Amino acid sequence: MSNEWLILFFLVGAIFVGLVLIFSGIVAPKSINPQKFEPYECGIPTEGVTWLQFNVGYYLFAILFLVFDVETVLVFPWAVVMKEVGMVAFIEIVIFFFILGLGLLYAWKKHALIWE
Amino acid sequence: MLFDIVSANSAPLPSEPWWRVFYDFSSLTQSINTSLNDAMSPFWTTVTEMLIIGVLFLLFYAVVGLFLVYAERKVCAFMQNRLGPNRVGPFGIFQTIADLVKLLFVELIPIKNADSFLFNLAPFIVIIAGFMALAAIPFAMGLHAIDLNIGVLYVIAVSAMGVIGVLLAGWSSNNKYSLIGAMRSGAQIVSYELSVGLSIITIVILAGSMQLSEIVEAQRAGWFIFRGHIPAFIAFIIFLISSTAETNRGPFDLAEAESELTAGYHTEYSGIKFAFFFLAEYMNMFIVASIAATVFLGGWMPFHVGNWVGFNIIMDFIPPFFWYIGKTFFVIFLMMWFKWTFPRLRIDQLLTLEWKFLLPINLVNVLIMAFIVLMGWHF
Repeated sequence: MSNEWLILFFLVGAIFVGLVLIFSGIVAPKSINPQKFEPYECGIPTEGVTWLQFNVGYYLFAILFLVFDVETVLVFPWAVVMKEVGMVAFIEIVIFFFILGLGLLYAWKKHALIWE
Repeated sequence: MLFDIVSANSAPLPSEPWWRVFYDFSSLTQSINTSLNDAMSPFWTTVTEMLIIGVLFLLFYAVVGLFLVYAERKVCAFMQNRLGPNRVGPFGIFQTIADLVKLLFVELIPIKNADSFLFNLAPFIVIIAGFMALAAIPFAMGLHAIDLNIGVLYVIAVSAMGVIGVLLAGWSSNNKYSLIGAMRSGAQIVSYELSVGLSIITIVILAGSMQLSEIVEAQRAGWFIFRGHIPAFIAFIIFLISSTAETNRGPFDLAEAESELTAGYHTEYSGIKFAFFFLAEYMNMFIVASIAATVFLGGWMPFHVGNWVGFNIIMDFIPPFFWYIGKTFFVIFLMMWFKWTFPRLRIDQLLTLEWKFLLPINLVNVLIMAFIVLMGWHF
């Protein structure tokens, strides 16, 4: 089958979830109780707002991930043609990985790989 | 003249072993297609095929998901020397169905001040991501929905989309536990995605293709885990570890660490919405395991040993679909074994393991594999 059939899988997944949610909404009981709608926090009333300034410890990891993930996508086509191209491809990828390794080493030495 | 062409196309090649003709599903699907085409117009044929495929995959998704929940509970019980579910039906096999029916009749609680649009969108994304990844997996010879030429990349990309659902769920719940769980999950999946990709690249070098059916076909002489020397084995181990982490399971389930965050990102979800997250977690495990089985363990290819002709013929009798399912469940059993054996890691240990150990090892591993393929040292 051709690739357009992927839309079918998207639709079937969405319809499945939607139908089950509607069915559950019809058959499930409903009762009003103001305490039930509170967010759970160890059984006590919640303290302050949830969406506050948050120290995202993985900010540096996200940047590093971007570098390495783009690299992974670049290496995939190389891996497919590696057998046919031969030695040239191998030397190129060694140089490429060497530069990448230097980048990882730099991040390591700058303590970017520690969760604080 | 016409007759000659038809007979030349339909006759099996003499070099093909009998089981590759007998167990080929593409002839079955083609005959269904032609008979439907004869019976009605092209438009209605497409509609009927869409219905058949949609219902079949939905059934497969639901049955596998329910069975995996049951299997996990039984395996857990086995590891902890208990009986596990044993009341509903023989050996308790209907326990998960009973649980599902109960969850359907549980009230869906709207949380005060929650972002209700994103709150309701999250289960959709999680389920759709898993369902779309299922489209490219070859279940048996000629039995796959779509044979994408970038199959491996597609499956990795789509199954990683699930993290968006997890992040949305955690963010929109208006709950601090959920938010922390979602943030942890984001950091974890973002990190381990690299190792999954690189360990797959190790095998793509060997196969010379990203198409899943071609990768399986390339393992006809032997599975890649055996043919690729030590680098392929290292890649398999790394894939197992990082895919366990990517599906938020086992010793890496920091996103829903019960002892710290009550239930992590799905704390506020009730009833069937919670069941969707639960189902998606198990289906992600199934997808990851079937990719491991397809890429490293030969997919639906039977197990052959060199010159043992009798042994190979006996192995050929087992249909390819059972080979695929058997290998997939073997990998799933390994992942369950991890979960019930190792204690949970801390978040800094988790990231150290990925960035300081798995990633450098993986980069060197890819180079070694490329060198081996270049020298022709693989089997």
